[in-house]
Amino acid sequence: MILESLISALAGGQVRVIDLTQTLTEDFPTIVLPPEFAQSAPVRIERLSRYDAAGPAWYWNNLSFGEHTGTHFDAPAHWFTGRDCAQGTVDTLPPEHMIAPAVVIDCSAESALNDDHLLTRPALEAWEAAYGRIPAGAWVLMRTDWSRRKGAAYANLRADGAHTPGPEAEAMRFLVQDRGILGFGTETIGTDAGQGGDLTPPYPAHHYLHGAGRYGLQCLTNLHLLPPTGAVVFAAPLKVHEGSGSPLRVLALIPGKDIP
Amino acid sequence: MRVKKNPLIRTRRPLLPPGQRSRAAHLLTAAAAEGRFALPCCTACGRFNWPMPELCPACLGDMAIAPAPQGARVLSATTAEVPADSYFRERAPWRVGLVQMEAGPQALVHLSPAAAMGDAVRLTLMLDRAGNAVLHAGKKDEDMTTDPQWQEMVADPRDRRVLITDARHIAALPLAQGLARAGAASIYAGLPEAWKPLDTRAAFEAVPGLTLVPLDVTSDRSVADLAAQIGGKVEILINTADLPRPGGMMGPNATVEAKAAMETVAFGLMRLAQAFGPAMAGRGADGDRGAAAWVNLLSVFAHAHPPALAGYAAAHAAALAFSQALRADLARGGVRLMTAFCGPTEDPWFQTFAQPKVTGKALADGIFAALLKGQEEVVIGDLARDLIDRLRDNPKAVERDLAQGRM
Repeated sequence: MILESLISALAGGQVRVIDLTQTLTEDFPTIVLPPEFAQSAPVRIERLSRYDAAGPAWYWNNLSFGEHTGTHFDAPAHWFTGRDCAQGTVDTLPPEHMIAPAVVIDCSAESALNDDHLLTRPALEAWEAAYGRIPAGAWVLMRTDWSRRKGAAYANLRADGAHTPGPEAEAMRFLVQDRGILGFGTETIGTDAGQGGDLTPPYPAHHYLHGAGRYGLQCLTNLHLLPPTGAVVFAAPLKVHEGSGSPLRVLALIPGKDIP
Repeated sequence: MRVKKNPLIRTRRPLLPPGQRSRAAHLLTAAAAEGRFALPCCTACGRFNWPMPELCPACLGDMAIAPAPQGARVLSATTAEVPADSYFRERAPWRVGLVQMEAGPQALVHLSPAAAMGDAVRLTLMLDRAGNAVLHAGKKDEDMTTDPQWQEMVADPRDRRVLITDARHIAALPLAQGLARAGAASIYAGLPEAWKPLDTRAAFEAVPGLTLVPLDVTSDRSVADLAAQIGGKVEILINTADLPRPGGMMGPNATVEAKAAMETVAFGLMRLAQAFGPAMAGRGADGDRGAAAWVNLLSVFAHAHPPALAGYAAAHAAALAFSQALRADLARGGVRLMTAFCGPTEDPWFQTFAQPKVTGKALADGIFAALLKGQEEVVIGDLARDLIDRLRDNPKAVERDLAQGRM
């Protein structure tokens, strides 16, 4: 009955589907580590045939990419703090975690003024004062409108590293330990700020999320189309054997036009 | 100044000068390919000969080639106004001469228009458009850039459009600056991962006639996209794409690193060949500034493989193998494939390597000099030259030296 209602609402526009996914392309920026560390393979799409001599009636490609390319999911095992988590890899991820409510914290104004904007605990508390307590088991999505940037402006690499917004350490501890969120999502290349290595602990989103068996989503888009509360996110990574993450299609259901 | 061609006229198809040579004659091809002057020489009596005989005409001794004096005097000179061969007829009038070499034999040579009967001339062993060794005679200290026959056999960047495939290579900026000084009509510098900063961007943008273009040789799409825009314009392609990463076979990440090096150095070359090769080979005779040369900048470790650079050396060895296939394909259009070999360069990836290392400027200068002589191979830097020489003498000793960390 509930599912029938959902289908009916989807058909009638009372529930809308929003695609939060960037197109998986070869030139989309990927995470850059110091070059002496192993680097993620980029996305590569190699033609097998396209109605040509290599395959006259069919079109298909070979596809290769690192687990952390494009719009992608971080599993707990991705970070050392999550190495001992049960079901810490994408193949063992509980499927019920793949559908969850989401709240959206709008940091777009601050991020427009400051590439290194950090989402703080007081800002989260102010958000809760306006919209209510962040529910346990929800995705917290940090809207920065960063996804509207392209290429170099999106990666925003300078001589001292990337400059992109993200959460400060206490904000992540608060979300994970005090609110019990399911995961944290961003529009930037990482769940952490570009300069997140300088925080304590370094890369606090990775540190706290994965240490508690929670998840990350990054390179999201269209967060400006989501309401502060009330969205439901579908985030099902590929079932990669012992995978630390994977590119994925992220969809959100949001309330559409009013139900008569 | 580059003259624009009439787009309503069919592009001239490449023809080649007569191409058949004996196996023995390819000893001369090797010398010409490397820019060396050598003549057929009897291993028994030491007498020089021309052209390459199978055996010494004087004593029936075995033939080799040996360095010889380059001086000669013109005995007779003529101009072929209507040559029977189609290649030469298209390029007529063509000057030929009979010269008396200081080394002994007489030879029929391609003669500079400035040289006349009785003149002292300097001989050069060159590769013609068919890739075979021929003799060219010009007056001593003559400016060969004004000799159309010399220009036909070399790859002068003047008034040509040049693509440097990777602007992030240490040699890319000196190459671009040198090409601008040499009068290149336009210079394209490929920029992989354009979303990453390029420290030398301002210097590139200051080079007259240069355009930075997105190009990642590891991406089919990126290479095809650029070829769609400028593939029909590139007359000299200098492939500088490289990925030097130290590491032996047994390192924890060795296969990943080796695959990445292969993607850039070997498969990158293959992608470039597929996208740019056919157009270049088809434009080898597109006016007097048609496609002329493809340069692959390779590591000398393509020949001698240090265990500490296992994946990197293997990638360059693979690229060298691909280069020979590409050379054969480009040769059908009279376009030369030149391989420039160098040792460790002055960049962060070879920081811990002992001197002597090669600067970007030295690489660029070496490549220009070889292009202007129409070479097929150039070895740049003392370390690379020494390794190549030692490989010829005693390859197993080189293998042992490299295994023990000695260059």
